[in-house]
Amino acid sequence: MYTQSFSVSDQDDAKSTGQTASLVAVPKEASASEQALQAQFDARIDADGRVEPREWMPEAYRKTLVRQISQHAHSEIVGMLPEGNWISRAPSLKRKAILIAKVQDEGGHGLYLYSAAETLGTSRDQMLDALHTGKAKYSSIFNYPTLNWADVGVVGWLVDGAAIMNQIPLCRCSYGPYARAMVRVCKEESFHQRQGYEALLVMMQGTAEQKAMVQDAVNRWWWKCLAMFGPPDADSPNSAQGMRWGIKRISNDDLRQKFVDATVPQAKVLGVTLPDPDLKWNEERQAHDYGQIDWDEFWATVNGNGPCNKERLGARVKAWNDGAWVREAALAHAQKQQARQLKEAA
Amino acid sequence: MSTPALKEWPLWEVFVRSKQGLEHKHCGSLHASDAQHALQMARDVYTRRQEGVSIWVVPSATISASEPNDKGEFFEPASDKVYRHPTFYVIPDEVGHM
Repeated sequence: MYTQSFSVSDQDDAKSTGQTASLVAVPKEASASEQALQAQFDARIDADGRVEPREWMPEAYRKTLVRQISQHAHSEIVGMLPEGNWISRAPSLKRKAILIAKVQDEGGHGLYLYSAAETLGTSRDQMLDALHTGKAKYSSIFNYPTLNWADVGVVGWLVDGAAIMNQIPLCRCSYGPYARAMVRVCKEESFHQRQGYEALLVMMQGTAEQKAMVQDAVNRWWWKCLAMFGPPDADSPNSAQGMRWGIKRISNDDLRQKFVDATVPQAKVLGVTLPDPDLKWNEERQAHDYGQIDWDEFWATVNGNGPCNKERLGARVKAWNDGAWVREAALAHAQKQQARQLKEAA
Repeated sequence: MSTPALKEWPLWEVFVRSKQGLEHKHCGSLHASDAQHALQMARDVYTRRQEGVSIWVVPSATISASEPNDKGEFFEPASDKVYRHPTFYVIPDEVGHM
């Protein structure tokens, strides 16, 4: 699951380029052959065609994709942490099995995406290094804690629900490997949202305390989920470029609106209130109006000052370091087997 | 593949046969230390919902691919041979399906 792409630069990006890519990515001094390649590329994008690995593409397109796909992959991997936290405390064996399957899916999604990014010429180690050193961003939603079991349900319903809104248009992304990975991810993601919503439905049939837990979790997650779609269109200078390239298909604000409109009736069925006094149906727009999102809080979290940033990154780095001996041993074993086979063949 | 200084597990391309009677289809790639390991990883990464009955893994480095930027010339010779398609031939309607 992931959003906020194109709105958030990785740390080194911001430093090295610090500017918005222009619509024409080829600099003026580009050779005639490069201009021809650029023209071919533009024509393909305009015709809603797909770009495949090893084909010519503007450097800025490649860089943008590497950033977005790797951020997306990191989000899947870091996203395993807030829910993994509840596997040992799930209220029943059934819920535990479901949660394990979901967390395993998130790991799988990260792997599909890392391999899609690798087709652009970056290595797995480079991407992981960027994550572990704090240079690469991941979805800021995972920097909030999952305080109780209702949070696990709400993460499935709202966080994965928001992610699905964002990911469905990515299935039509102009870069083939990313689009194909997203088709696979979206097929699996639907279960994530449904299991969360169903877990909440069960709680809402329980005691007054259980109902209050659900409402409390919704209150804590709602605004953060709205922020997941990234800053308003007016403050997302990179969005236009992403749209031009066919990477981004629907704007942040439009996706956010779709999410609000889809969620309101679900909340009603569930029997919870969404914590926004300004939330109401607008007959003229045929859509819901909603209140102001706290963007200062969003940026504080993106920039490393959310409640769990340090804990999440620390857990990732620890897992990577603790697993080093396994990676080395597997490689040593493979090399030994290979050497033995060569010797036997000789 | 045989680079000794390799720190990353090598990359493998994964092909899955979704059911008996269908071909293996490329579905992605993954890192694994050797072929056996790659098969186990492929099972966990690409067939968590009974998507496959058979898996092939191939070291990515051993795949030779046509050059994407030459695809015009490479595939060009076939494009002017329309007589290879059945629709090139006009058959009287009364013949019916042929």
